[in-house]
Amino acid sequence: MDLAKKNKKVSYAKWGYIFLAPFFAAFAIFTLIPLISTFYYSFFEMYKDGMKQIGPNFIGFANFKKTFAVSAGSGLPDILRYFKNTLIMWIMGFVPQITLALLFASWFSSVRLRLKAQGFFKTVIYLPNLIMAAAFSMLFFALFSTRGPVNNLLVDAGILSEPYRFLEGVWSTRWLIALMNFLLWYGNTTMLLLAGILGIDASLYESAQIDGASSMKMFTKITLPILRPVMVYVLITSLIGGLQMFDVPQILTNGQGTPNRENMTVIMYLNRQLYSKNYGMGSAISVIVFIVTGILSFFVFKSVMAEGGRLKGGKK
Amino acid sequence: MTNERSAYKKLKEPTAYRIGLFISRFAAYFALGLMAVISLFAFYILIVNATRAHADIQKGFSFLPGTRLIANFKTMLEDKAVTPIMTGLINSLFVSGCTALICCYFSTLTAFAIYAYDFRFKKAANTFIMVIMVIPTQVSVSGFVQLVFSMKLNDSFIPLIIPAIASPVVFFFMRQYMESNLPLEIAEASRIDGAHEFYTFNRIVIPIMKPALAVQAIITFVGSWNNYFVPALILESNSKKTVPIVIAALRSADFVKFNMGQLYMTIATSILPIVIVYLLLSKYIVGGVAMGSVKG
Repeated sequence: MDLAKKNKKVSYAKWGYIFLAPFFAAFAIFTLIPLISTFYYSFFEMYKDGMKQIGPNFIGFANFKKTFAVSAGSGLPDILRYFKNTLIMWIMGFVPQITLALLFASWFSSVRLRLKAQGFFKTVIYLPNLIMAAAFSMLFFALFSTRGPVNNLLVDAGILSEPYRFLEGVWSTRWLIALMNFLLWYGNTTMLLLAGILGIDASLYESAQIDGASSMKMFTKITLPILRPVMVYVLITSLIGGLQMFDVPQILTNGQGTPNRENMTVIMYLNRQLYSKNYGMGSAISVIVFIVTGILSFFVFKSVMAEGGRLKGGKK
Repeated sequence: MTNERSAYKKLKEPTAYRIGLFISRFAAYFALGLMAVISLFAFYILIVNATRAHADIQKGFSFLPGTRLIANFKTMLEDKAVTPIMTGLINSLFVSGCTALICCYFSTLTAFAIYAYDFRFKKAANTFIMVIMVIPTQVSVSGFVQLVFSMKLNDSFIPLIIPAIASPVVFFFMRQYMESNLPLEIAEASRIDGAHEFYTFNRIVIPIMKPALAVQAIITFVGSWNNYFVPALILESNSKKTVPIVIAALRSADFVKFNMGQLYMTIATSILPIVIVYLLLSKYIVGGVAMGSVKG
């Protein structure tokens, strides 16, 4: 047995490297090199002025300074303003999302309730997650436009006396974006939390039930504490996903972040620079996003690792 | 054992408990039903309006479908300048199909390398892939677009497909699946029979991985189908546009003069293929979510 293992090591190790090669080659070419050049060019002036290519000229931290410059009429530097917008819309979508997901996941897994038609509900709840965010946003734009179906319905029902201009208000637009993000992702979060709850040892609930614990008590004393690592994971991955918020606000506001750039997200800002081929500024924004995501990812990694260790320990 | 327990419970169940259970059940069904309606409402209106004439849609709201389904579909197809949706569908189908294929094959290959072979950097490689899993594409996109333009690959599908070879999330899923479903003895047996390593992988490992491959193929396909950010920066000519870019162009079109029936029809055409595939295979997709998802 030992000999066979030794033989295998000697003769087949190279196949490990050969099979890994495509992954690492693709990663090096399409992610690593771009990542390095993104960092490199963030220190350069490099853009297109009409047909003329300007740069690359080394300008140190000028791109970053420009990103943090305060534009007229607003108290905050542009990039911080866009981070703020992104964060606000993320929170508005995430809070109802995690609340509902937790509720649904505990219902789906409840031995006491034994809900029927779970397959149907799970299918419907998860459905929006597969919908093209761009098309979903375009659909909402049509539905909530001034002469759209939602306004028609509200006026017909007598709730509104005249159509409401959803897309002209800062907060109504934000609520629409948050609502879409919520609908797109709550099913996914429900499934993640459900998997976490189903992983909890059923005997814990059984003994609690025999001891006469109420379902509320079981939820707060068993489910929530054990689910904490999963919730931390969901929270941070959702935050990372939220920082990448792009498709929905981009289509809804036609890339303008209307009204008055109050709904411009960080990635929309990045997209704007790249679309006009301003690679210097684009790179600087990318670097800032990289640093922020890097810090957040570190926490994801830690929480995943901690969870893995705990589960392994628990099994023994 | 469960039967025994529930029998015991039924005996001890006081009426108050039963009423409580009834109320919680009712609340659960009500909330789930309400969210199902909210989730489906937008799609319902979409389908209804796709079958109605422009004038009717402008006039007011309706819960009932109209009769202009085929007419709207024809208008959409004929208006190639604003809605080149057929070109978009074909392009999207090609890009997403190739992406799913390449992503699944190479991720399984990578997972097999880590799972089945012993080599010095095995652990390091595994940890490395896990670390890069959380890096979003947006952070390297500036360099990526520059690279694509300098390689003269702009307006080409290649930069949308080939990078999928390195998909850490799919790799992770495949490795997990192998650990519980692929006994190493099978690979060893085929080796003893004199099979080449590539032969073993293609003819023995891949068939065993079929269930996992199916799930990941669908998820990758949908991800690529819905992808808007990178394609919008790389694809330029009308003949290369994918569906999300066609949809985005609709938004920039002059909305006031637009035929609304055609608009709803175009949106419906872009999402319904995915919805149909999903409804047919939802059992596998919903089950596979918890393992593979990183973004939320």
